[in-house]
Amino acid sequence: MDWTALWLSARLATATTLVLVAIGVPLAYWIVFSRARWKFLVEAIVALPLVLPPTVLGFYVLIAIGPLSPIGRAYVRIAGHGLPFTFQGLLIASVLYSMPFAVQPFAAEFASVDRRLLEASWSLGVSRLGTFRRVVIPLSVRGLVTGIVLSFAHTLGEFGVVLMVGGNLPGVTRTVSISIYDSVQSLDYAAASQTSLLLLIVSFVILASTYSLQRSVWLKPRH
Amino acid sequence: MAETAALKVAVEQRFVGGFTVTASLDVVLTPGSMLVLFGPSGAGKTTILRQIAGLERPDVGTIGFGADVWCDTARHMWQPPQSRRIGVVFQEPTLFPHLTVRDNIQYGIRSRSGVDQMTRRSDRGQTGVGIGSDPVAEIETMLGIGELGHRYPRALSGGEAQRVALARALAPAPRLLLLDEPFASLDAPTRLRLRREVRALLQTTGTPAILVTHDRSEALAMGDTVAVVIGGRVRQVGLVSDVFSRPADAEIAAALGIEAVLPARVMGSSGGVIEVAVGNVILHAAEREPIAPGSGVYACLRAEDVTLETRSAGQASTRNHLAARVVSIASEGPIERVSLDCGFALDALITRRSREELELTPGAHVTAAIKATSVHLVPRL
Repeated sequence: MDWTALWLSARLATATTLVLVAIGVPLAYWIVFSRARWKFLVEAIVALPLVLPPTVLGFYVLIAIGPLSPIGRAYVRIAGHGLPFTFQGLLIASVLYSMPFAVQPFAAEFASVDRRLLEASWSLGVSRLGTFRRVVIPLSVRGLVTGIVLSFAHTLGEFGVVLMVGGNLPGVTRTVSISIYDSVQSLDYAAASQTSLLLLIVSFVILASTYSLQRSVWLKPRH
Repeated sequence: MAETAALKVAVEQRFVGGFTVTASLDVVLTPGSMLVLFGPSGAGKTTILRQIAGLERPDVGTIGFGADVWCDTARHMWQPPQSRRIGVVFQEPTLFPHLTVRDNIQYGIRSRSGVDQMTRRSDRGQTGVGIGSDPVAEIETMLGIGELGHRYPRALSGGEAQRVALARALAPAPRLLLLDEPFASLDAPTRLRLRREVRALLQTTGTPAILVTHDRSEALAMGDTVAVVIGGRVRQVGLVSDVFSRPADAEIAAALGIEAVLPARVMGSSGGVIEVAVGNVILHAAEREPIAPGSGVYACLRAEDVTLETRSAGQASTRNHLAARVVSIASEGPIERVSLDCGFALDALITRRSREELELTPGAHVTAAIKATSVHLVPRL
């Protein structure tokens, strides 16, 4: 069993999920509550990874963070090394790749909060942001949990984007799915089956516990 | 909080599909007084209320309350609902489902006091009466919801939930309370009880209020002043008794109902009959609910329930026989509308044939007969 790869994947999935909560909650808030006419463009961009082949996304991320792009050059100047084939580069790609899995459940849940509750809160003198914190977030626990779990599980299982952006450096960019691919390539079916089984069990347990929690954990507003 | 403030509204808002709401109001709201926005469903009453609340933004116009400008599109001035210090109660209770009754009621107080951030985490559930909540406790007691503090909204009946919503709106001591058909989805006994409680509560706290309703008896019972809204326009504004007795035109009269509305005072009651005085004239009405002597009521009479006789008939079941003088007669097809003066203005509808048989002409003296069961009394709260 490739414990190094497993540990790397766990770290990557955790970091990606944290970044996605930090970015995804405000982004979902904006998508739901903004009155901007070009909102649909942002929604489309967020959803792109759902339909795009991971290789295409990986290719563009690779170009965008590579030494030929302004971003890549700026990063080299600050950090002293490039982003491709590093954990940080992988993190950027993972965040983009799993974005819809966080933002869409967040946004769907925010949007399902009864608008009259928001108006009641505003009329009681509570700001829009305060209303979001005190009414929308507590009533969106289910959607938040779903988004977090899906982001984590999706990052754990990503392959194409990692291969394009991160390559296959043990301990740095060789995630668990790449490790399985490696094992199969070198005909080490025993290792591949062990790791695969573990990944299957972990994913299933995460999803099953989420769904069971959702049954009981929180109560939707009923009128 | 007990301030007398003028509410000045002159706004226009166009909706997709062409419906336009044009409101023009200039009303002085004294502490505890109530303005009723009255009109048929879909007339735009709720839109006007939401504009006053700041939940709807007019395309053009101004809204001012006291010295504050809440909206002035020409000067690009806009106060969001948060800074208007209003309370709003909707038709549905719209309580926060994840908060207890007590946390719901204190929701708006905390945001305004600012000292709450520290206490908030520690006091979930059992808040007790800790945070100087005396006025709130008083409101809770008046509404009879003092015992419900620890419950969640889903465990409340419709009437209880609406009481909590009222307490929540009043707790931060708003300058103006806006009520959007708050009793409409309640059962009749609860509705009647709550009307009385709300009226008393507003007078105790000195909070002026605006009530949207399409229920005529609610408008009569609760309103001091009324604004009649028809087809997206405010058509007539004035004291309730003035507007109901002197509608400005036929369309307004139709919206207000075809009854004559006479301010009256209860003299006494016996044997299921209540005696009320309309000016110097005594009317008898069937006693549908007990009303204390001395209370103010509106006596409502429909023109088709008034029959005319040229000489006083013997004692039939008709209790009211009023000496009247014919002021004018207008033909409405086969029906004639006879305007009478019997100490107060009253219309009677009779057939052309009856008019001919009675030989009615303006100036003639007749007796107007009205059954006690046709006199509807609406107590003023």
